[in-house]
Amino acid sequence: MLDPSRDVDGIGDLLVVDGRIEAAGGTLQGPDGCEMQDASGLVVAPGLVDLHVHFREPGGEHKETIATGARAAAAGGFTTVWTMPNTDPPIDDPAAVGFVRAEGERAGGARVMPIGAASVGLSGERMTEVGEMVAAGAVAVSDDGHPIWNAGLLRRLLEYTQTFGIPVLQHSEVRELAGFGVMNEGKVSTALGLRGQPNAAEAAMVARDIQLAELTGGHLHVCHVSARQTVEQLRLARERGLRVTSEVTPHHLALTETAVRGYRTEAKMNPPLRTEEDREAVRRALVDGVIDVIATDHAPHHYEEKEREFDDAPFGIVGLETALGLAMCELVEPGHLSLAGLVDRMSCSPARIMGIDAGTLRPGSPADIVLFDPGERWTVEPEAFLSRSRNTPFRGRELTGRVHVTLVGGVERYRRRAPDEAA
Amino acid sequence: MTDAAPPGAGLGKDLVGLEGLTGDQIRTILDTAEPFKEISERRIKKVPVLRGKTIVNLFFEPSTRTRISFEFAEKRLSADTVNISATGSSVQKGETLVDTARTLEAMRIDMVVMRHGSSGAARFLADRIPSNVINGGDGQHEHPTQALLDLLTLRDRFGELDGLKVCIVGDILHSRVARSNIWGLLKVGAEVAVCGPRTLIPLGIEELGVSVFGRVEEAIEWSDALYVLRLQLERMKAGFIPSVREYNRVFGVSAERLERAKEALVVLHPGPMNRGVEIDSDVADGPRSVILPQVTNGVAVRMAVLYLLAGGRPDAAEAAKQGET
Ligand SMILES: [Zn+2]
Repeated sequence: MLDPSRDVDGIGDLLVVDGRIEAAGGTLQGPDGCEMQDASGLVVAPGLVDLHVHFREPGGEHKETIATGARAAAAGGFTTVWTMPNTDPPIDDPAAVGFVRAEGERAGGARVMPIGAASVGLSGERMTEVGEMVAAGAVAVSDDGHPIWNAGLLRRLLEYTQTFGIPVLQHSEVRELAGFGVMNEGKVSTALGLRGQPNAAEAAMVARDIQLAELTGGHLHVCHVSARQTVEQLRLARERGLRVTSEVTPHHLALTETAVRGYRTEAKMNPPLRTEEDREAVRRALVDGVIDVIATDHAPHHYEEKEREFDDAPFGIVGLETALGLAMCELVEPGHLSLAGLVDRMSCSPARIMGIDAGTLRPGSPADIVLFDPGERWTVEPEAFLSRSRNTPFRGRELTGRVHVTLVGGVERYRRRAPDEAA
Repeated sequence: MTDAAPPGAGLGKDLVGLEGLTGDQIRTILDTAEPFKEISERRIKKVPVLRGKTIVNLFFEPSTRTRISFEFAEKRLSADTVNISATGSSVQKGETLVDTARTLEAMRIDMVVMRHGSSGAARFLADRIPSNVINGGDGQHEHPTQALLDLLTLRDRFGELDGLKVCIVGDILHSRVARSNIWGLLKVGAEVAVCGPRTLIPLGIEELGVSVFGRVEEAIEWSDALYVLRLQLERMKAGFIPSVREYNRVFGVSAERLERAKEALVVLHPGPMNRGVEIDSDVADGPRSVILPQVTNGVAVRMAVLYLLAGGRPDAAEAAKQGET
């Protein structure tokens, strides 16, 4: 049993009653007729929490629905996911937020928590009804996919959201610098003749936004950090004690811009894969706690949409079902993080920075639990994903660490079938 | 018959760019082009080397020069050719490149020459069809046959490419000609520099092994050959340069500036030229210009590429030229 939220790391029993954790640790005696689950050989940890996924419903159901996304999340060991509002139409009013909530509850996968749009129609102009959306179940606001480029609007959002105690999640990109860049700007983009986005497009926006966080006292969460200069900005914000948190994706920890060579559209994402120096910088920042969490930026796209010229292919990759394995390979196996550190960055820390009731096995908490084998090696076969999309650059990669069972509120939402049980 | 060289001199199935070739492979193409040069001088400009082969010239972007040069090369080798241009074809009706590839595959085309506006399009097509694919220019990536004809032109003039100092002047950022020339020149041992407004020099260019001159006067003094690129006038609208007039004043290659050049310096240009912008007429038409030999060499180099990709042996090109296939 591993629960970094309480510094627990040892063998013990866990008792779940009515969807909540009743007791954790030591030898426990369940009530009569209690269902038993043998987890020997497996790590029992608080369910993973992903603050950044794109489920495509409404409007892009051929890529992912809320149901397929929620089940893919459970298969990846996630018990809570925060969905970005850049659907078509966007989630920018309380009715739309209610729709995502309701579909999420019906899905029978991970808990689905909607992020509302920060501006009406994601247009970056007028603030949405933040309070109404929170009342309908929104947990944050964001225009992700687009930056909130208008500094005045972001200032107002960072002020206004304080009434409701929710963060503003920012996709940090100075559009005039990112231009129409389709990958990192540098040696590889020069060789490939592709338009690049410089690190400064991200870091300059983060630097600006940190000033606004300082001015307002609001909670700014910086999405998918990719550039080493951004890390420097975040370090300054941390030193100044500001309410600035941030995330990094598994792919920015695992890959660099060279993955784009051969015009591989499955390695096209925004922010783009950067250089080895950047990759090391974001990894170190995650280990040091300057970056708080791992988030997948799970971005499903249909095969046909990626099967085209690099310039025209959409940005993004799926990530829910490879996140744990990649994080094990990139962080735990090389010794950068302990297993407890990893569970912290993928479960306890996201719950803690967002103030949600998750990421812990403390008695009284919801029984959101993942059982995984940290040593099991497996090969990524996108055809086996529960996600509706297969756009991953990790096809064929061998990963370590595999989810066996995911419980949400004490209810089994995923169980890996042994190969001989496969349909 | 001794079979020393593998089919196609080991070029592989396609010619997507020069980045993936070795210096030896490039030299083989140039050597193979030599005997083909002479065919263009004959009364009957035709040999039966590619008789029965079908070649599609697939042009998603207008390019009179490159298309005509390929067409001459194909016809002189007796291939059956079909030209498809983006205008008026299904291409404009939203057919994707992957559909185009499937259609070509179904038609059992032997070779495809493609010009496309998107970097990587040639690689994309080459990976999906069994036909030989020749990149006739893809976005801002590569234009390998252009660079090969440039190398041939320089070799004609200097005899030796190893150690030659070549500076490419102009809009490097958006130029596939520049990229192919950089790779090609470096691989045959030339020294390469670029020169232009810093807004049009891509980041990381030095890491490819290229030096950068800020001022064209320095570039001219250093160079054995000056490769002047066409300045697309839309770069001004996009804010890369303030005005064409200023570009000419700061970076234009004029006879006056060339007074400080080495005696043997030659000037190349891929055409079409903006006279009075990147190059002055007295240079373009002057004694240092090798712009017309470039055009002539274009046909020979493309014949060599077609011949080699079709499986022709480099050492048999002389015989093939005589029609003894
Ligand atoms: Zn984003």
